[in-house]
Parts: sequence; structure tokens; C-alpha cells
Amino acid sequence: MKQRLAALLGLALFLGAWELAPLLTPGAHALLPVPSQLPGAFWREFQNGVWLACVGASLSHYLIGLGVGVALGVAAGVATGVLPPLEWMTAWITRILRPIPGLAWIPFAILWFGVEEKAAVFIIAIGVFWIVYFSAHGAIRNVDRDLIEVAAAFGFRTSWEKLVKVQFPASLPGILVGVRTSLGQAWMAVVAAELFGVAGLGQRMNQASSLLATDIVVVYMLTMAALYGLIDMAFIFAQSRLLTWKA
Amino acid sequence: MEGVMAPLIEIEGLALGYEHDGAHVAVLERLDLTITRGEFIAILGASGVGKSTLLRVLIGLAAPSAGALRFDARSDCAMALVFQDARLLPWRRVEANVALGLEKMKLSKAERHIRALDALRGVGLENYAERFPHQLSGGQRQRVALARALAVQPDLLLMDEPFSALDAPTRQRLQDDLLELWRETGKTVLFVTHDIDEAVYLADRVIALGGQPGEVRASITIDVARPRRRADQRLRDIASLVETKLRSE
Ligand SMILES: Nc1ncnc2c1ncn2[C@@H]1O[C@H](COP(=O)(O)OP(=O)(O)OP(=O)(O)O)[C@@H](O)[C@H]1O
Ligand SMILES: [Mg+2]
Repeated sequence: MKQRLAALLGLALFLGAWELAPLLTPGAHALLPVPSQLPGAFWREFQNGVWLACVGASLSHYLIGLGVGVALGVAAGVATGVLPPLEWMTAWITRILRPIPGLAWIPFAILWFGVEEKAAVFIIAIGVFWIVYFSAHGAIRNVDRDLIEVAAAFGFRTSWEKLVKVQFPASLPGILVGVRTSLGQAWMAVVAAELFGVAGLGQRMNQASSLLATDIVVVYMLTMAALYGLIDMAFIFAQSRLLTWKA
Repeated sequence: MEGVMAPLIEIEGLALGYEHDGAHVAVLERLDLTITRGEFIAILGASGVGKSTLLRVLIGLAAPSAGALRFDARSDCAMALVFQDARLLPWRRVEANVALGLEKMKLSKAERHIRALDALRGVGLENYAERFPHQLSGGQRQRVALARALAVQPDLLLMDEPFSALDAPTRQRLQDDLLELWRETGKTVLFVTHDIDEAVYLADRVIALGGQPGEVRASITIDVARPRRRADQRLRDIASLVETKLRSE
């Protein structure tokens, strides 16, 4: 109870300070919108349908990019984790591609896919891929050898059987840590990918800031925070269902 | 009776070693052992002599470098291994852990369920089927591991110091449970232990492994009728005999 109260108090103080801050310097209103402006700004965006359209577009980029990145990252991480020759073969490719940030791929994304949804999905998926790839690879490699031996002792001798019976379920917690990290990472990629013109939150923020409509920018910043919060909560819920066996 | 006395497995001249920094280190050498169907054999020997290695070879987790393993030709000998630590799969509930080996067989889901529950009943844990391993005590986990091995209805049950991590009362109860089960099912048991008293109490025959590389030092038949009493003087005497055999170089 005390904790809740303190949290509420902290938030109230923060909003109050924010509301009052522009009063200190004349003309600062153009630089920083105050909280009391935001409900109105949100309502206008919502009524003309822009908010829903932007959120819908961005969510679809986000979810598809995340899905593609996670699927490929898990598949590649697991494959190189259980098949040493594949790991040796890809060691240098990984070392070269890994440090290139997703955003550096924007020129190619545009060349290959145009200023289209696919380009945004591509950028998002690249970032997610690497995070999930390394968590899956590491998790698979760290599976207790004793447990793999149990599977073998009960007749599961092929790589595939060991993977299905032991290695994959054992590394699921580690894989999910990577997926959760990528939930936040992917939002950053969404904004960046949309800044170059694909319709969505990022593009709308870019437009608004060039018109100095900073209240709209903040509305979308908070929208993103809320979406991330919801998705993270949903993920935590799903994870707790998947990992009931954890103490 | 003729079938009963037939050897289930003949091990002849078995040798095995590991590569260490380029050098070959022999663990087992010229190991001969005949296991009769229905027999309860205890294997004793100093730490590192190769007891676990022998079990691993029998169940096919390690390949011998020389020698022969001959299985009774008339039956394919199904085996199951109980590890020293229970080694349950933590993400599976107790019943699913017990069913692991059954998933390799052509059984329907319903049949697997029945057999897994039967095996759990055998170790007195039928009410724990829905638990996860971390919700069990050490002794219960070891019983689940035993049920997992029994569920596949093995002809040969290999046990690697299965009770060594347990406190004395639990250990004694599980020993008696095991004897009861062995009496009912007539399985062949190969039981590795460090505990001489445990070995002579349980087994028909004690095999003492010794040396570097390891080989069979002595095979001592325990002619004490069952059910046995732990305090039986004849068991005490055999235990001291086994101890001297293990000590002698
Ligand atoms: N994977 C391995 N690589 C190299 N050496 C090994 C390996 N596994 C076992 N050894 C060696 O083989 C020898 C026999 O090991 P084993 O586990 O069979 O002993 P043990 O008789 O079961 O001992 P304990 O009673 O302590 O369990 C030991 O000296 C051990 O160091
Ligand atoms: Mg051992």
C-alpha cells in the first residue's frame, strides 16, 4: 500500500514538474508540450482516424518483423547449436554480419523492397534475429549433457530425437529471455524503419515534428510505451504458462 | 528350469579407455562377467575403477575398444538404467518423466498412461503423477527415476549407486522396495554401489572390481536365504570377506 502510494506520488510530482517547467522560460511552449495538452491532442488524432491507422500499421510491422526474426533466429541458433560443422562454417559469416546494425541495412531494404511494409519488416527482423540467434545458440549449447545422456539411455539416439526430447525443451527458458529482449529492441526498429517513409507511428512522428506539433509527437511516444508495456505483460503471462515447471 | 539358468549376458575380455592429452588411458581391461537371468548382482569397487563405465557400455552409451558382449540369443534384452542422481527432466511432470522410455515404443497414448501410472504405483507415488520434479524430495525423485526405468519393463535393470544420495532410513526402505519388486518380476539386476553392507544385503552375488585398469577381482556368492535380516551374522562375515578382497592388491 505504502509502495503504491509512493509510486503514485512520484508520478504526480513528475507530471507537475513537467507541466510547470515551460513557465520558467518564455516561449518554451513550442519546445515542450505540457501534460494537459496531451488528452486533447490524442483525441484529435483519434477522431480523424490517424491514430488507429498508425497503430495498426506499426503493430503489423512489429508483429510480422518479430515473428520472422524470432522464427529464423531460433531455427538458426538451434541448428548451429546442435550441428558443430554448421557452426564452424558460419563462424566467420556471423562475425562479419553481427556488428552491422539493423539501421545500416536501410539503403538495401529500400533497394530490395522499395518504401514498402516489407522493407520495415526486414529492418525489424534483422535486429530481432541476432538477439534471438545468440540466445538460442547459447541455450542449446549449455544444455546439461547428463540430461542428453538420459534420452540416449532410453533409446533416443539420433540428433533429432535428442533435440526434441531434451535440448529444445531444456533451452526454452534461455530462448525466451532473448525473445523478451527483442520485444523492446523491435519497437526501436519500428520507429527507425518508419522514419524513412513507410506508413506508421514513426512516419507520423516525423511529420508532426516537422510541423512543430510536439504534442502529437509525445502522444505517439506514450502510445509506443503503452503498446510495449501491454505486449511485455502478455509475453510474461504466456511465458509463465510455458514454464510452469520452473520453481 | 533350463531357461531360468541361461546366461542373459556374457561379457568376455571387455576393454575400454579414454583418450587423455593424446595418451590412451585404459579404464577397463580383460573384464569377464557372466550374468544369469534373474540374478541380482552387486558391483563393488573403488571410486574411478570403472563401475559406471561398465554400465554405460552395457546400455550402449559407450563403445568398448575390445572384447565381446554376448546377449541371450533367444530374446532381445531390454535394458534400463537408473542413474546415481535421479536425472529427471525438469520440464516434464512426474508421469511424463516415467513415460519417457515408453515414447520409443509403439504404444498409444492411453497405453503409455496406463503403464506409467502402473510403474508409479509400483514405487508408491501414484498420487504424485502431476507434480514437477522440483516439487519432490530427493528420495521421491529417486523413486520416480526407478519407475521410469521399470516402465519400459526391462529384462535387465542397471542401477548406478541409485540410493547413495539418500539418508539411511529412506535408503533402507527403497532397498526393501527394490527387493520386493525383484521378487515379483524376476528381473535381472546389476546394482553398482560403494556400500558393502548394501551389496551383501541385496545381492545373490557380489562382484569386486579392482586394479588400474579395472578387472574382476572376486565373485562372491551370497548363500543366505531371503528374506534376510540386515544384522544377520552371516551377512556380516561375508561383508568382511568382501572388504578384504577389495583391499587386496
Ligand atoms: N568421459 C570421460 N573422459 C575421460 N575419462 C573418463 C570419462 N569418463 C570416465 N573417465 C575415467 O574413467 C574412470 C572410470 O570412471 P567411472 O565413472 O566408470 O568410475 P566409477 O567406478 O563409476 O567411480 P565412482 O564410484 O566414483 O562413480 C575414471 O578414472 C574416470 O576418470
Ligand atoms: Mg560411478
